[in-house]
Amino acid sequence: MTPEQAVVAVETVSAVIDGVEVTVPKGTLIIRAAEQLGIAIPRFCDHPLLAPAGACRQCLVDVEINGRAFPKPQASCTMPVENGMVVKTQLTSPVAAKAQEGIMEFLLINHPLDCPVCDKGGECPLQNQAMSTGRTESRFEGEKRTFEKPINISSQVLLDRERCVLCARCTRFSNEIAGDPFITLNERGALQQVGIYEKDPFESYYSGNTVQICPVGALTGASYRFRARPFDLVSVNSACEHCASGCDLRTDIRRGKTLRRLAGDDPAVNEEWNCDKGRWAFKYISSRERLKNPLVRGADGELHEASWPEAIAAAAAGLAGKRVGVLAGGRLTHEDAYGYSKFARVALGTNDIDFRARPHTDEERDFLASVVTDLKTTYADIDKADHVVLVGFEPEEESPIVFLRIYRHVRKRALSVISDAPLASRGSKKLGAKLVSSVADVSGLTAQSVILVGERAAEVEGTLSAAYALAQSTGAKLAWIPRRAGERGAIAAGAIGNLLPGNRPVGDSSARVDVQSAWGVSSLPENVGRSTSQILAALNDESLDAVLIGGVDPMDISADALNQLLNTFVVSLEISNSSVTAIADVVLPVAAVAEKSGSYLDWRGSARHFDKAMEDVDLRSDVRILSMVADALGKPINLPTVTATRAEIESLGNWDGAKSTFTPRALAAAPSDEFTLVSWRFLLDLGALQQGEANLAGTAKQARAHISSATAAKLGVTEADHLKISSDHGSIELPVSIREIADNLVWVPRNSEGSQVIPSLGFTRGAVKVAKR
Amino acid sequence: MSTLSPVLSAHWDEPDSFTIAAYKRHGGYGALAKALKSTPDEVIALIKDSGLRGRGGAGFPTGNKWSFIPQGDNKAHYLVVNADESEPGTCKDMPLLLANPHSLIEGIIIGSYAIRANHSFIYLRGEVVHVYRRVQKAIEDAYAAGFLGKNILGSGFDLELTLHAGAGAYICGEETALLDSLEGFRGQPRLRPPFPAIAGLYAMPTVVNNVESIASVPSIIEHGVEWFQAMGTEKSKGYTLYSLSGHVANPGQFEAPLGITLRQILELAGGIRSGHQLKFWTPGGSSTPMFTAEHLDVPLDYEGVSAAGSMLGTKALQIFDETTCVVRATLRWVEFYKHESCGKCTPCREGTWWLVQIMKDLEAGKGTEADLEKLLDLCDNIAGRSFCALADGAVSPIISSLKYFRAEYIQHLTEGGCPFDPVASTLFETAGA
Repeated sequence: MTPEQAVVAVETVSAVIDGVEVTVPKGTLIIRAAEQLGIAIPRFCDHPLLAPAGACRQCLVDVEINGRAFPKPQASCTMPVENGMVVKTQLTSPVAAKAQEGIMEFLLINHPLDCPVCDKGGECPLQNQAMSTGRTESRFEGEKRTFEKPINISSQVLLDRERCVLCARCTRFSNEIAGDPFITLNERGALQQVGIYEKDPFESYYSGNTVQICPVGALTGASYRFRARPFDLVSVNSACEHCASGCDLRTDIRRGKTLRRLAGDDPAVNEEWNCDKGRWAFKYISSRERLKNPLVRGADGELHEASWPEAIAAAAAGLAGKRVGVLAGGRLTHEDAYGYSKFARVALGTNDIDFRARPHTDEERDFLASVVTDLKTTYADIDKADHVVLVGFEPEEESPIVFLRIYRHVRKRALSVISDAPLASRGSKKLGAKLVSSVADVSGLTAQSVILVGERAAEVEGTLSAAYALAQSTGAKLAWIPRRAGERGAIAAGAIGNLLPGNRPVGDSSARVDVQSAWGVSSLPENVGRSTSQILAALNDESLDAVLIGGVDPMDISADALNQLLNTFVVSLEISNSSVTAIADVVLPVAAVAEKSGSYLDWRGSARHFDKAMEDVDLRSDVRILSMVADALGKPINLPTVTATRAEIESLGNWDGAKSTFTPRALAAAPSDEFTLVSWRFLLDLGALQQGEANLAGTAKQARAHISSATAAKLGVTEADHLKISSDHGSIELPVSIREIADNLVWVPRNSEGSQVIPSLGFTRGAVKVAKR
Repeated sequence: MSTLSPVLSAHWDEPDSFTIAAYKRHGGYGALAKALKSTPDEVIALIKDSGLRGRGGAGFPTGNKWSFIPQGDNKAHYLVVNADESEPGTCKDMPLLLANPHSLIEGIIIGSYAIRANHSFIYLRGEVVHVYRRVQKAIEDAYAAGFLGKNILGSGFDLELTLHAGAGAYICGEETALLDSLEGFRGQPRLRPPFPAIAGLYAMPTVVNNVESIASVPSIIEHGVEWFQAMGTEKSKGYTLYSLSGHVANPGQFEAPLGITLRQILELAGGIRSGHQLKFWTPGGSSTPMFTAEHLDVPLDYEGVSAAGSMLGTKALQIFDETTCVVRATLRWVEFYKHESCGKCTPCREGTWWLVQIMKDLEAGKGTEADLEKLLDLCDNIAGRSFCALADGAVSPIISSLKYFRAEYIQHLTEGGCPFDPVASTLFETAGA
């Protein structure tokens, strides 16, 4: 038990439920106290993470307090336990039992008997509770209410209104938890129904949770509808590969195919929620572009399918004796990243490895090694925070479960949020964030405050240093939250030029000795290795001869990155055909997340392990393949399985010696150009892992160029116009959106339809020309 | 006690009764001046002592309600007047507002002063546009006369009064649904606690009172507690408005001391329409269990009606003579509740949907006696199981009509249809039909 979890004295109350005494914290609802005794009171509208509604009336029980009985049964989902309370549930009170049966009968009169074709059939709280609480035969002989079915309340959520029991879980979730009140109950009486606003469709990043918590089959996901019966599915615990929030997931497989994913239950992280990307973006696994067999470039200059021994031999031959750089990418599991790290040092004899496939700096690399490796901030610190400062971090877009946690406290206790975002995004507005132009302008923090730094903080020199200094001077908790799921694990694995596994500084001889003895090698390279951009430059000027690339899209780094790979020997480990595999000399297909075991370290540095979900798939994890290549090179890394890798990581342990000290950089001056482009990514965009899921893409935000009203006036444009934004590299054209943003800035999404800034403009941030199209 | 006691309705027959001039001519706004000379707590104590109880149906002591508002909490307080009069048969608040709107406005100012509210609201049923216009004019006149706004009568007390028209939903007469509607949301009842006295309008301490309750306040201030207590019965003090409708010679509003009987009111109203006899009646609107001729002498106060198995409710006396089919009348009421059920909770939403279908079958003579048992069992599963009292009202005409007229239901079944001629019960039917 950590000190954080230490028991705090809680005021308790005692009551008797069905003759059994129970003591619970004050404020506990009767329905929850009964659960502790193993007494299940049927319910529909009740949800432990939503405010009580008391709408469905299914949970009626008899209650008396200090000998005074309520004249009628009470909803156990709305009434807190009090001292001296005696509760009789359906188990001991005939009145409660009849009340519950009566409600169940009412719920069923207008509910269709379409269980055999309903997605929910087999996992349906209504079906289950109708069996436990209902009558065997209906007394209803009248006419049922009917509706046209189904209707799309978004491209990904469908509503069958006649199945709805109007528990309002979905509308309460959207309003209370996500802050997206885009669905509401309309009409009245039995014609009451969930509806959307004509002008605001249900485009919430969290909409899939409404499908998951719907206690009937009223809300279904378009991509899963009519695909499977729950009893044909095999459910596997898994971890989400999309961002660093760290969600627990459940993956449901049928006959070797992932059919759906659901939010898992981890109170310390995602509670019972996840985002729509985590839920629905998994079709890339079954994409036609998936690689199943190795490819080797032949004498004809074309890629040909090859056997594994042939491909491994070709890779080894191309790498042997060469000066090789390693670009690992930010989406690896901890174990795979460890494989790249060890492969670079042992098989290639280099520290030229970097996982960062995005804009990056040396300041950041130092910050990651010296500061991030020590950070222990968690979600619980947000729960206790007096201020949350967002630095280069847009939580709703870049780590949506972190957003939910902050939003909860904004809603419940008006938590103060401060952001250095240049634009008041919708997420910022939901958080009521106070915008500052730089982290240097933040004041009033205490040791209770939390500073959340995103990966984009590296894009303005000195920002990471300033955030660190702010944490140092105020005692505030600091956290670094990258966008990708694998980055924190890659740091821990040493998949970066200044760190060995277990946070060991490359330049520290005793740290190297640790690793040498564990790996059974006589020496390790001593100098800090090249960064991603330095590796690319070195390949270009031929100070490096070859490159080993994991899951990296060169366009995430720079517009030139792919060109820099053209005249070098490229070994690509990939799940699907990509711009890198197209130019690679050897392509080694690897397993996607559902096809392998492993673990992700989330932004807290905490691991979530997962097992292979799709048993039949015969693809290997990156680490296994690297181990084979190392064997072929005659420099074995001895990591034949993920399990062996995990064991080695654990036995090596973390460095407890001195860290390199962080040398702060001065904060860059504010841009003085007439117009500076600023950008970040939308959660739903053109990302490679979202491919193949049109229903999800249908709720992505449209790209628009955001400018201030003063800039709009200066340029003579309105929201009906388009802007042309150009750099030396190229240009993009987008419709105008007038928002709260500095007059010399123009904001666009980084990788959305019509707005891919690196390929089009050559950078993510910099001077641009802006004009009316 | 068989005489009327017109207070609120004393001058309704004057052509200009609704004007501020007429109201002042009869001493109007005198009580306000008097109240402003007392402390707010003294006003609350006076209303408590008077024994005034809520005239909207529940009969909760008005002074007690006011005293629940926390004092010195540095929060805004609100007085909200429930003028969403929608209970079938009830027609007292609308005529009162039409003929004597200033009695309400004066009562609001006094009540707001007592509970330390500086902004009050009248939530008016949206359909009655003529009443809306009249009350709006009365408010404008009260502002012009200095009874509303800043520093009322030099007392330092400020009050803004807003008239808000509802959009036409019975549920918005339920006080928490009314508050949701007033805030701009869809009217559905709120979970309690917190009660409005702690977190009402905009989550601030709020008193919600019926029009008649508040309009009664100035008379109590003006004439004193003893004058008020001299009327009525032991626990139901004062005078009130009874709305008499249906098969009576002279329907209308009868202002009388609480505890008067229907027999006495019928004498004043010229009796049942000529040539007919009383069959059944409601003491307080369709939500209150019906009575029959055997209840003619039940004192119409909170305790008397309750002891006889019903509720005083809104004192809407709907009178039905022997030409009326009780099954048909009950079906009409249940259709009303189905139409007005807000949909929030299961028993009301689904139950009324089902009840209407069964009642329709019964009226058409379809079904068996077993259906009557099913009907009663469904009523048992609805009453006391729903989120608010709407559904309790929906089942009370069914339960009470089956209690007194079961044979008439069975007659429908045995005869295969309704034995009544619906035309005979209409008011345009010639006498003696």
